[in-house]
Amino acid sequence: MEQETHLELVAVTKRYGSTVAVKAVDHKFKSGSYTCLLGPSGCGKSSTLRMIAGHESVTEGSIVLAGRDVANLPPAKRGTAMMFQNYALFPHLSVRENVAFSLKMKGVDTAVRHKSADDMLELVHLSELADRMPDQLSGGQQQRVALARALITRPQVLLLDEPLSALDPFLRIRMRAELRKLQKELGISFVHVTHGQDEALALADEIVVMNNAVIEQAGPARDVFNAPKTEFVAKFMGGHNVIALPQGKVAVRSDVVAPTGPGAGRIEATVDTVEYQGTHVSILTKSIGDTEITALVSDAAFFANPHNPGDTIGLTWDEKHQHALIA
Amino acid sequence: MSETIGEARKSRLSLSAIADKIAANKAVSGWLMAAPLALVLLLFLVIPIIMIAVVSFWRATEFSIIPDFVFENYEFLLTSPVTLTVFINTFKYAIVTWICTLLIGFTVAYYLAFHIREMRWQVVMFLLCSIPFLTSNIIRMISWIPFLGRNGIANSTLISWGVIDEPLEWLLFSDFSVILAFVHLYVLFMVVPIFNTMMRIDKSLVEAARDAGATGPQILWNVIIPLTKPGLMIGTIFVVTLVMGDFFTVRIMSGSQSANVGRLISNDIGLLQYPSASATAIVLLITVLLIIGILLRFVDIRKEL
Repeated sequence: MEQETHLELVAVTKRYGSTVAVKAVDHKFKSGSYTCLLGPSGCGKSSTLRMIAGHESVTEGSIVLAGRDVANLPPAKRGTAMMFQNYALFPHLSVRENVAFSLKMKGVDTAVRHKSADDMLELVHLSELADRMPDQLSGGQQQRVALARALITRPQVLLLDEPLSALDPFLRIRMRAELRKLQKELGISFVHVTHGQDEALALADEIVVMNNAVIEQAGPARDVFNAPKTEFVAKFMGGHNVIALPQGKVAVRSDVVAPTGPGAGRIEATVDTVEYQGTHVSILTKSIGDTEITALVSDAAFFANPHNPGDTIGLTWDEKHQHALIA
Repeated sequence: MSETIGEARKSRLSLSAIADKIAANKAVSGWLMAAPLALVLLLFLVIPIIMIAVVSFWRATEFSIIPDFVFENYEFLLTSPVTLTVFINTFKYAIVTWICTLLIGFTVAYYLAFHIREMRWQVVMFLLCSIPFLTSNIIRMISWIPFLGRNGIANSTLISWGVIDEPLEWLLFSDFSVILAFVHLYVLFMVVPIFNTMMRIDKSLVEAARDAGATGPQILWNVIIPLTKPGLMIGTIFVVTLVMGDFFTVRIMSGSQSANVGRLISNDIGLLQYPSASATAIVLLITVLLIIGILLRFVDIRKEL
């Protein structure tokens, strides 16, 4: 699979009146990769996706897909397809007709387009439900119909707007595995908007963390999680402590922080709460200046040397696990 | 031991008895809640219609009405050539008015629902549409007369612009003026239900259609019109029943030169021919019910209610 740049955002900006929703975002999406746009609500991730899809006009900048600027093309002429948050299935059309909709718009014969729709439904394992109406399907099934409808246009990039947010937690985990599998099978780029960091970590080759209309950090999932560049990313990704040291703020993963005897650690702290989490025990401590530091200790290690709220302990970690934050 | 079992059973029995009572009470309270409206409908709708049906079988002479059970009113009505002409005229008014209100209503509702983005402006524009309806039907109708008359504003303006040399005779007291008044009076009955249905269409469906490559007209035809059908149908029922039952608009706007079924009935009443008027009313009622029955076969409006 070639890893050349396929989709590129060049100084893409979106303004609504005086508010800036997306501020001069530059990013290169690798071809055939699964990218997650991650961030809190209102960070501009959805606007970015909708601009790529063509459902939102680009105020400034350009969107380059497969070598051409598509920023001013209508959605269907871009080579992208979008899967909507609430799936946006046509309630008056059967599953087959929903999937075949774009072919109908192109004027493809009924028999031919129904055949293609059935092939696409087979891909998402829904062949037996082709004659149902959307309101007779479960959430997971509706999502697959939406997926089939988006894929039938043979897009180069599939854009997914919070596709899993309407599902229950169990189904969400199953569907995200299916999405990942499908992306590998098809070999096209997926750009997936989400506010859940676990979802992004589970799915993405590359994570793009956005906040306040700009990209905070972009990179492979492991790099973003292990080495957050900013305090925002460290806190948003979770599992990190942000500690103010004399040389500046650093991020340290909770599971590399180890409690020691008082005076023996890098910093002193007072145990605030202890939470048993099964495989691990989470020790929330308060350090100087009310900095909260969490140490995640394996249950065996904790119960060999337990701590109680109110105890003063030392906290230590390996220098190589500490990452300086630039903001 | 056995005592406690007996106790438990007793309490279970009494529990189920209470549950039964509540269920029974629910049925009773349901009927009670439905009763006031049922009573009103019975008194003011069902009984009058039954009375009309009964009277339609009575006999009448020039000076008397005799309770009886004869079919002569229906016989006369259904064999008279006038009936056919008048019914055809009534259908003509209904169909032309329906087409005009449908086109105008759909366009206005579409503009309000899809082109005005802000809810506030939608409400303002919608209220604006309803302002003319704060005056009575009769006033709105009669105010057309000075406008359309031979020396009215329309004719004198057209003459002064040099578009025509002589006043247009067909502007007033014609089928044109009757239909114009109907459209003016009843167009809001089309706008409201269509607007209401359109507002429920998820805007992301339009985006999804555009994403699938649909053009504007294709979106209209394949997405918006099918999803607006219930509203179109409710509006159609309103307009058709109103026009079919009208007699006053036709009298005023046609200058008593055209007739519809409503005028037939009102003339009979004027001549104190109540049995004949009743028979015509029953035939009209059945006709309108048949039309609505046919319309409802096309679209399930229960989803809307």
